[in-house]
Amino acid sequence: MLEIEIDGKQAQVPAGSTIMDAAQLLGAYIPHFCYHKKLSIAANCRMCLVQVEKAPKPLPACATPVTNGMKVFTHSELAIKAQKGVMEFLLINHPLDCPICDQGGECQLQDLAVGYGGGASRYQEAKRVVFHKEVGPLISMQEMSRCIHCTRCVRFGQEIAGIMELGMANRNMHSEIQTFVGRSVDSELSGNMIDLCPVGALTSKPFRYSARSWELARRRSISPHDSLGANLTVQVKGNKVMRVLPRENEDVNECWISDKDRFSYEALNSPERLSKPVIRVDGALREVEWNVALDYVSHALKDIAQNHGGEAIAALASPHSTLEELHLLQKLTRALGSGSVDFRPHRRDFSADGKRAGTPWLGMKLSEIKDLDAALVVGSFLRKDHPLFAQRLRQLARKGGKVSLLSVTADDSSINVHARLTVSPAELVLALGGVVKAAARQKGVAVPSGLELVEPCASGKAIAESLLQGEGEKGKRAIFMGNVAEQHPQATQLHALALELAKLTGASVGFVGEAANSVGGYVAKALPTALDGYEMFAQPCKAYLLLGIDPEIDCHNPQQAVAALKQSALVVSLSSFKSGAALDYADVLLPIAPFAETSGTFVNAEGRVQSFNGVVRPLGDSRPGWKVLRVLGNVLALPGFDYDSSEQVRDEILPEGGVFVAGLDNGLDSGLSDLTLAPGAAASGLQRIADVPIHFADPLVRRAPALQQTRDAALPAARMSAATLAQQGVAAGSQVRVKQAQGEALLLAVADETVPAGCVRVAAAHASTAALGDMFGAISVERA
Amino acid sequence: MAILGAINPMLSLGLDGDNAWRLADYVKRGGYSALKRILAEKMPQEQVINEVKKSVLRGRGGAGFPTGLKWSFMPRSFPGEKYVVCNSDEGEPGTFKDRDILRYNPHSVIEGMAIAAYAMSATRGYNYIHGEVWEIYTRFEEALDEARAAGLLGENILGSGFNFDLFAHHGYGAYICGEETALLESIEGKKGQPRFKPPFPASFGLYGKPTTINNTETFGSIPFIMSLGGEHFLEAGKENNGGTKLFSVSGHVNKPGNYEIPLGTPFSTLLEMAGGMRGGRKLKGCIPGGSSSPVVPGEIMMGCTMDYDSIAKAGSMLGSGAVIIMDESTCMVKALERLSFFYYEESCGQCTPCREGTNWLYKVVHRIENGQGRPDDLDLLASVTANIMGRTICALGDAASMPVQSFIKHYRDEFAYHIEHKKCLVPLEVQRAGSGFFKATV
Amino acid sequence: MLTPDSLKRIDREIAKYPADQKQSAVMAALAIAQEELGWLSSEAIEFIAGYLGMPPIAAYEVASFYNMYDLKPVGKYKLTVCTNLPCMLTGGVDAGEYLKKKLGIGYNETTTDGRITLKEGECMGACGDAPVMIVNNRRMCSWMNPEQIDKLLAELE
Ligand SMILES: Cc1cc2nc3c(=O)[nH]c(=O)nc-3n(C[C@H](O)[C@H](O)[C@H](O)COP(=O)(O)O)c2cc1C
Ligand code: SF4
Ligand code: FES
Repeated sequence: MLEIEIDGKQAQVPAGSTIMDAAQLLGAYIPHFCYHKKLSIAANCRMCLVQVEKAPKPLPACATPVTNGMKVFTHSELAIKAQKGVMEFLLINHPLDCPICDQGGECQLQDLAVGYGGGASRYQEAKRVVFHKEVGPLISMQEMSRCIHCTRCVRFGQEIAGIMELGMANRNMHSEIQTFVGRSVDSELSGNMIDLCPVGALTSKPFRYSARSWELARRRSISPHDSLGANLTVQVKGNKVMRVLPRENEDVNECWISDKDRFSYEALNSPERLSKPVIRVDGALREVEWNVALDYVSHALKDIAQNHGGEAIAALASPHSTLEELHLLQKLTRALGSGSVDFRPHRRDFSADGKRAGTPWLGMKLSEIKDLDAALVVGSFLRKDHPLFAQRLRQLARKGGKVSLLSVTADDSSINVHARLTVSPAELVLALGGVVKAAARQKGVAVPSGLELVEPCASGKAIAESLLQGEGEKGKRAIFMGNVAEQHPQATQLHALALELAKLTGASVGFVGEAANSVGGYVAKALPTALDGYEMFAQPCKAYLLLGIDPEIDCHNPQQAVAALKQSALVVSLSSFKSGAALDYADVLLPIAPFAETSGTFVNAEGRVQSFNGVVRPLGDSRPGWKVLRVLGNVLALPGFDYDSSEQVRDEILPEGGVFVAGLDNGLDSGLSDLTLAPGAAASGLQRIADVPIHFADPLVRRAPALQQTRDAALPAARMSAATLAQQGVAAGSQVRVKQAQGEALLLAVADETVPAGCVRVAAAHASTAALGDMFGAISVERA
Repeated sequence: MAILGAINPMLSLGLDGDNAWRLADYVKRGGYSALKRILAEKMPQEQVINEVKKSVLRGRGGAGFPTGLKWSFMPRSFPGEKYVVCNSDEGEPGTFKDRDILRYNPHSVIEGMAIAAYAMSATRGYNYIHGEVWEIYTRFEEALDEARAAGLLGENILGSGFNFDLFAHHGYGAYICGEETALLESIEGKKGQPRFKPPFPASFGLYGKPTTINNTETFGSIPFIMSLGGEHFLEAGKENNGGTKLFSVSGHVNKPGNYEIPLGTPFSTLLEMAGGMRGGRKLKGCIPGGSSSPVVPGEIMMGCTMDYDSIAKAGSMLGSGAVIIMDESTCMVKALERLSFFYYEESCGQCTPCREGTNWLYKVVHRIENGQGRPDDLDLLASVTANIMGRTICALGDAASMPVQSFIKHYRDEFAYHIEHKKCLVPLEVQRAGSGFFKATV
Repeated sequence: MLTPDSLKRIDREIAKYPADQKQSAVMAALAIAQEELGWLSSEAIEFIAGYLGMPPIAAYEVASFYNMYDLKPVGKYKLTVCTNLPCMLTGGVDAGEYLKKKLGIGYNETTTDGRITLKEGECMGACGDAPVMIVNNRRMCSWMNPEQIDKLLAELE
């Protein structure tokens, strides 16, 4: 530890700390622009100059290491003179248009100029004019003359997003922040640059000029999207969400959020919002009052239960639903006499149900990722499925941690990976088996049975090696199962192999989880004892209860789901939106409030319980889902549906309270025993790879206009390697007919070398591919 | 051009223009004997560094930092790659000595770098060569090929077990890359933006590895120090200023060019060697150490000797040894305007005081030169330079400020005249005649 | 995009640096591309970036930072005149003026026949030879007086 004195106050700081670190520890404010605790030190703005005893010149606090006994003066004459001098330089070329600047009121430069700026400008020359730039639908670079060249945005791209899209071109006072010749900024974390920009150079395009910062009320919320559970500050004017910003939580999202966390709020005001209950009368949908709609539903459900038995009813929820909604849905379904309830619409293999040792989860805390020595991610479109989880792995790799990927495409993870193994979906199990076998051999123990015929490849060996390093030390190695691994037709085999690998290497096993409540659904026991989320459509039921889900898009096999819904006697959809397909198959649409308009709880991947309140009133006649289910329970005269608040519902599920849920365990009762892996067993013919693109993944993002204009929301295509294209006799750029099961889709063929041979990547979760079948399996491509 | 004159030369001894740069010529002059001896004797690294310390060789790149001391900072026992880097970026206006060393005596630099690498346990080196001198770059590449072919570079040099690989990196037009950390960034394939120090290159240099950077002439002097002995080298110059040094004399002299003289030689001798003042005009001012060093009025300069201490006493710096001679035909406002434009143009744009300040300085000097100066402009310039100096990442901010301060200090009347009368004190015809460009036709 | 010969030259440059530091060759690669193509279009920069496995904007930063890269088309011959102080004292500025008059263009302009682009340069490290100028970044011309300049222009067909 080193002693340091700042403005007379003493502190002890660890070796390697800077003066800025010490000042923050002491609560002393040193003005700064380029410094940011999460970014590398640039020391370019020079605003943080302070006086250091015995130093002839003022030194930048952000970059000057503390030496023992150092005395620092942040407000001495020398320091203030230096800071004022820098402020004058920063302002000479900065437009003085704060009153019309979108950043006004939340501008670091404006704030500091008040304290350090001079009166009249001594700079009489013409100010620099910087041409505006067009970089896509999310970030506005309309007023680049305001840029103060702190390079925070550039460093963010290089270091946090892992992809350098912005750079500072030219030199001297003509330096300019820009993308490569007119390109857009496409990173899924791009919006954070808006927060980082200390002036009004980078602003939010959807938010621009819609409100002044001081008119906005700030409310706390939790992101309803991926399994990280990013903490949000939602800014509200009147009863309208105007903007979403990250709320810092070092253990969860640090100070970042993904673009979908940030911009999905636009969907809250979508014209597709369902604002009144609707029922089908004589084939036509009619808006009705709540009591009419609930009566109708209650009668219809009772009717079906009486005539066909409760088992004829199936309920499917979105994993983005709140814990309370999930709980009430399963409670209601079971009370009606059905065990057909699920919240995992993308899943295909449910054979682990009933064999799990506990609630599947990440296997570790998010904040522990940084301490890993090695990590393996199995089956994931990592960056797009889990932007901030991927960011943590990126930082791990930057620090020298060995991050390996085993997946079905080689798309850019922007992570400096240790090893990468890309195989077709049918070979995924085999490939993981190879890693297990390599680990056993490297360790010199018996190869688990069932793996006799598997032969590990070089990457598999490298992965095994990284996981074996430092074996024995706990919490240092991890295996993470991504969305593909969970959606895979042999998900349980993958799970069992991961456990086997963990046993050999001492690594932990975890599921990243696809949605905000992928852990919460298990906690709420929204789990089938009869038909699971796939079977309930494969074996059509008489009635369906849908919660927050568009099955025509959100299911493992949307074609099959729609067919089942169409033939059924009753479809009740609790939804925030009216989708075209639902208008076709639903008999009742009940408007429920999305996350911003309801209270509830998400349990994130690490099992963290995060409850939130609504930040605005529900739109129109829509109501919080938990209330709708509660009242429906009442109308149905079911016992145990008397709750006054969502907290009461939550406490029923989690009576012991606590920050983390209990019973987290990824163990499986059955081992590998029944498994024999054999190479060559892989499917012949073309296989489908189905990703769930980041901005199609849930009903909110699908309806957020700005997100829909990003590159990530590009129309699905049939993506294949050039060799596969040639084999199929189709040309890149041509229209192709893609067929699967009874369905087909007309798509553009795109050459994509990240797709393994013999595979076609066709995104799921989009209307244009909804007519196709399973997310995995045989698919054909022909010239259209 | 060649090296036009010398007193007790070392670096330029036995050179014969374009005819004696090859390996064979260098060896004939005794070249590579120092390296061979060090390797054959397996001379302790400490001994090599001590010899350099004894020579009191001070860095020839501008800052004049003692080379032996710098070498002793290298963490020699640090495991992994270490680098030596030669700074041949030579972009300081007035300096053109490194070009001639590389052109006429490239092997002296190669040998010097190999010795340095040996002394500091480096196994790889780069020579960063100024962008505008393509022919010099290609020649250096040729010299490297010669040295490699002769087993003087590469694996197991001369069977000694010592490995050293040396490569040339060609700049492409950025003065700032002469700053040593900008130079490292540039070798790494980035913009040449200086790094904040600490950490210093000795601990975090090229690719994050320990690195020592010296100027071309510094490395070029090493073989002589090692073969003649550190003391001999020191005695060739004067106390605290070891050795001979190349001076690049430019401007209003009859024989502009490079001259190798012992440090401590009177300026008047150097001026005489350079053929004296053009047209017999009077020396108005001299920039003694490259454009970044403060200008010294003629009378003061005539009393100086050419060494670090004497020039410092005169209020300037020996810098890179670039002596820019200005006679009475020079308009000092115009001269400063051109220099200020240079620093404005060459600022890397990274740190606020330099990026904004150099721009501001140039614009004010420019408007004075163009007859739009204001009465308080000289105070404004003083204040802006004070706000730049000592507050930037690298020394370019200081380099841009010192000419402004010194020109105004010594030629204040001329600036005031400009502001008041909106024109030059020195008539335009006189300025024009001074350049001599149209002499041939007019 | 580039001839095999240029690619071979780039590969030679790459070999100068540690295997994981390909980006170090970007300056040389851009110079080689410019030599072949005359100037650096964004396609050319992107190609080089791809060849070296670096983000295109990082290559663009480099191309736009160093003076001798041309990001806009130039004439068949690019003439860069040094006008910095040492050269100015001995006729550098006059030489520039002489050229402007002779060619009928200003700095950063190209003659209508597309033959010559005139540029003002910074110190070329050859102040003793002033006035100096460089043709196409490669050939340095020293001690340029009016006759020498006339001769040079006649030569640059
Ligand atoms: C703006 C700037 C430009 C510089 N240009 C050069 C240069 O062209 N050549 C050089 O050798 N040193 C130059 N230097 C000095 C180098 O940073 C460094 O001190 C020198 O190369 C060290 O070598 P030496 O100790 O042998 O002098 C420059 C420094 C600054 C701040
Ligand atoms: S002083 Fe100038 S050249 Fe040096 S780092 Fe700052 S901006 Fe760049
Ligand atoms: S915050 Fe230290 S220089 Fe910018």
